[in-house]
Amino acid sequence: MSQLTPQVDLEAYSFEGQESEELKDIDQVSDERKAELRMVGVDLDATRSRAGTFLQFDHSTVHCQSTGQGVEVLGIVQALKKYDGLPEYFWKALDKNHDEFTRAASQQDLHGGYFIRTQKGVKVPDPVQTCLFIKGEKVGQNVHNIVVVEEDSEVHIITGCATSHGVMSALHLGISEFYIKKGGKLTFTMVHNWGEEVMVRPRTVGIVEEKGVLQNNYVILKKVKSVESYPTIYLNGPGAIARFNSVIVTPTGSYIDSGNRIVLNAPNTRGEIISRAITTGGTNIARGEIIANAVPARGHLECKGLILGDGIIQAIPELQGRVAGVELSHEAAVGKIAQEEIEYLMARGLDEDEATSTIVRGFLNVDIMGLPKELQASIDQTIADLDASGGM
Amino acid sequence: MLQIENLQVRIGDKEVLKGINMHIEEGETFILFGPNGSGKTTLLMTLMGFAGYEVTAGKIIFKGVDITSLPTYERARLGLGMSFQRPPTIHGLKTKHLVSMCARNRNIDVYAMAQSVNFDKFLDRDINAGFSGGEIKRSELLQLMAQNPDLILFDEPESGVDLENMALIGKTVRTLLDGACDPSPETCMRDLRRRHTTSGLIITHTGYILDYVNADRGQVMYNGVLCCDTRPTRPRDILDHITKFGYKECIRCLN
Repeated sequence: MSQLTPQVDLEAYSFEGQESEELKDIDQVSDERKAELRMVGVDLDATRSRAGTFLQFDHSTVHCQSTGQGVEVLGIVQALKKYDGLPEYFWKALDKNHDEFTRAASQQDLHGGYFIRTQKGVKVPDPVQTCLFIKGEKVGQNVHNIVVVEEDSEVHIITGCATSHGVMSALHLGISEFYIKKGGKLTFTMVHNWGEEVMVRPRTVGIVEEKGVLQNNYVILKKVKSVESYPTIYLNGPGAIARFNSVIVTPTGSYIDSGNRIVLNAPNTRGEIISRAITTGGTNIARGEIIANAVPARGHLECKGLILGDGIIQAIPELQGRVAGVELSHEAAVGKIAQEEIEYLMARGLDEDEATSTIVRGFLNVDIMGLPKELQASIDQTIADLDASGGM
Repeated sequence: MLQIENLQVRIGDKEVLKGINMHIEEGETFILFGPNGSGKTTLLMTLMGFAGYEVTAGKIIFKGVDITSLPTYERARLGLGMSFQRPPTIHGLKTKHLVSMCARNRNIDVYAMAQSVNFDKFLDRDINAGFSGGEIKRSELLQLMAQNPDLILFDEPESGVDLENMALIGKTVRTLLDGACDPSPETCMRDLRRRHTTSGLIITHTGYILDYVNADRGQVMYNGVLCCDTRPTRPRDILDHITKFGYKECIRCLN
């Protein structure tokens, strides 16, 4: 690990005492707060076009409902009670002793998190939206999320993680375990919008069975002190597929060390990791690792970075073939916007700023994630705002 | 429309254009011949105001405005357009978005416009990503149709184009310069007349484009200077001459 990585002092955050009342009615949430949540893809005015909605504020699960489209949405504490401690799923994919943060997460009070499980064979038509929100200063939030996609079912989960306007410093510990059964498909979209001094330490592991598919999208565009995230996905069944798309912007003061690991453990599995990073002054360590233990198996890693300003992008793509016949490839490029591209657009009448922001938006290429329209619009707006504020 | 006076241009340490004088009238189509490396593309790049083309003397007057030191986008907004020979790919920028940006505040029907150059199927593709020679030309022409400039610079409109595409491209270039060839109920006379004032500066090696456009005048560029002021001569005659004798003739003229 790089020496520059900001270190977390667990003692500096309060892991108790930030409880919130349960929200009986979602309209109790203020318009201002709704706007904050909308920025990360959680639309409380559109709960009818959501298969479920889950809200965690600081140390409390404040709202949890599902609209009966074949998906169960529960708070994790409730789920542990209802299903006798979820012995098949709770701390099963991820080892409690993985590192200091998994240890801390397993020892501190569990504040919440969600349990989402589809019904076998059901393709859930609308996305499930979940929000892990921090509204108190110096709050340490410890959540545990479990997603179970049953056989031949499909669901899109949008998770927005954010701090309230005005919260500078906080710590988010998030344990996530994904279980995708035979023929299941999970699209998991995570949008981060943290306060400027917030430290984020998610730990995520997923297990995908035969012909299961995980499509994972990650977007972080605003300043955060430090994110360290490295989800690992095991493709354990033949024909399983995992795809990761990340769009990461690091303004001055941001330190984001993130990436994905895909382990191809069965024949005919496929893994793809695509990341787009822009720094306007911060640091991004863009990791990616594909490990192939079976044949035939294919993996591709693509990591592109643009440096606009004095930031650092360090691309660390790793490929590990452990058996003859695997096909793994990667391409990584870190550079600047080509003058030729700017001039091409200027010859069509765009001024230099318009040309630059057009190229940047194209580069970030959020389109490929296939997000719901309103989330796409919100991300486009955030990118436009970054442009306007001279952040790019 | 365009007046170039004693234009001298350097790229790095190398003097490429050595005093160019040229004028193009409203509605006129001017053909520029010349061997590889003679400075033709440099002239176009300098007219657009791209970085790396340093004007050391002379000036460029476009529509009465001295544009010699204007940034590229101001020249474009003033009505100068260019068809690129090798445009860059911009990933994530869809062709249709670029076309509508070219139109700026004008209202255009991107889809109908694209259909007219048989390019509607490419509107959702990233601009220039994996385009063939003919596709690049059609894309460039589509952007220019949307942009609607008063003077269009064409850098070898026929390069890399197969015969089938050549007819479409030739006809579109003509439409851009001369207005619609065929009378059409969708275009009023005012628009037709306005389009008629579009001027063109075309670089060509092969001369194929002469089969399609009404070329008014032409000159040969050789080693950074223009020769053979052909006021009475038609571009077709220059082409015939070059085809027969090569550019040797020009050297003789210059000496």
